[in-house]
Amino acid sequence: MKGHTVRAMIAVAFMLVAALAFAQQPPIQVDNAWSRTAAAGGNGVVYLTVTDSGAPDRLTGAASPVASAVELHESLNDNGVRKMRPVASLPVDPGKTLTLAPGGYHIMLIGLKQALKAGTSFPVTLSFERAGQVTATATVRQTVGGKAMDHSRVDMPGMDMH
Amino acid sequence: MSTSTDHESGSKRPRLIVALAGVLLALLLLGAGGFLWLSGDNGGPTIGGPFTLEDGNGRTVTDRDLHGKYVLVYFGYTFCPDVCPTTLTAVSDALDKLGAKADQLQPLFITVDPKRDTAATVRQYAASFTPRLIGLTGTPEQIAAVAREYRVYYAEHRTGPGPNDYSMDHSSILYLMGPDGRFIAPINAEQSGEQIAATIRKLTS
Repeated sequence: MKGHTVRAMIAVAFMLVAALAFAQQPPIQVDNAWSRTAAAGGNGVVYLTVTDSGAPDRLTGAASPVASAVELHESLNDNGVRKMRPVASLPVDPGKTLTLAPGGYHIMLIGLKQALKAGTSFPVTLSFERAGQVTATATVRQTVGGKAMDHSRVDMPGMDMH
Repeated sequence: MSTSTDHESGSKRPRLIVALAGVLLALLLLGAGGFLWLSGDNGGPTIGGPFTLEDGNGRTVTDRDLHGKYVLVYFGYTFCPDVCPTTLTAVSDALDKLGAKADQLQPLFITVDPKRDTAATVRQYAASFTPRLIGLTGTPEQIAAVAREYRVYYAEHRTGPGPNDYSMDHSSILYLMGPDGRFIAPINAEQSGEQIAATIRKLTS
C-alpha cells in the first residue's frame, strides 16, 4: 500500500516535470522578424519565419501598435502584373517552416502611426488558432543604398524566393 | 391614384438603371476593344515616348530632360510595402555595383497611384532607396498617358470602404531606355542588384 503511494507520487512528480518542460517549450516559434524603413502615414511590412514543434496550427492574424491595421497579405505575380491580396490564414505545419519573405506572403502594416527608422524595433503579435498569441520583435532594416551597407542581408531573403 | 403612380415609377426605376448599366457596359467594351485594336495596329512594339510629369519638388519633368542618359524606368506606388521596395532596393544596389557607369544612368520611379502619391510623398519614398532615384507623379491623366506609352497595366483593387482601402495591381518591369529616349529592353524586376547591374552592363556596352 505504502510502496504504491510512493511510486504513484514519483510518477506524478515525473509527469509534472515533463508537463512543465513541455509548457516551457512553446510549440510555435517566430524568428527573424524584420521590417523596412517607411514613412509615417504610409504602409509597412513585416517578414518572419514560423516554426511549429507541436500540432498543426494556423496563423490567423497579426497586430502591432505601430500601425492602424495589420493584415496578412500575399503578393501574386499574374503574368508580370503584381497583385497584393489579403489572406485569411496561413497553415503552420510541424516540421515545415512558414516563411514570410519579399515577393510572397507578408504582414502588411496599414497606416503607420510612426516612421519606421533603421535600427529601431517594434513588437508584432501573431495570432494562432491553437497556440494563441505569440509576440515577436521586428527589427527595421535600412533600404538606402550605400557602400557601407551590407546589401546581402537586405536583399537576399527576397531573392531566395524567386 | 397617387399610390399606383408611385408603384409604377418604383418598378420602372430599376429597369431604367439596368438599361443604363447595360449601355455603360457596352460603351466600356467598345472602348476596350477600340483600345486593343488601336494599340495592336501600330506595327512594331513601341515602348516609351514623350511624357510630362512632376518630380518630388513640384518641378515639371519631361522625357526630353532626360535625353543624353540611359534611363531605367519603374512603375509602382509608395503604399506598396512589398514588391516595389524589393525592386527599388535591388535597383539602388545595382547602381552601387555599376560604379562609375551609374553616372550615365538615371533611375525613375513613376507612381501609378497619383491619387495618394503627392510630389512630397514620392520624393520621400524615392530618397529612402537612393538619392539618385527620381520619383515622379502627375495628374491621373498624365499618369495614364505615360503608362499607356510604356504598356503598363495598373488598376485599383478595393479592399474596404475607406479612401485608403485599396492596393494597386501593376506591371512590375524595369524598362531600359537609351540616351536618345528609345526603348532598349525590359529587365526582370525580380532579380538581385547584382543581376540587374550585369544586365545593364551588357545592354549598354
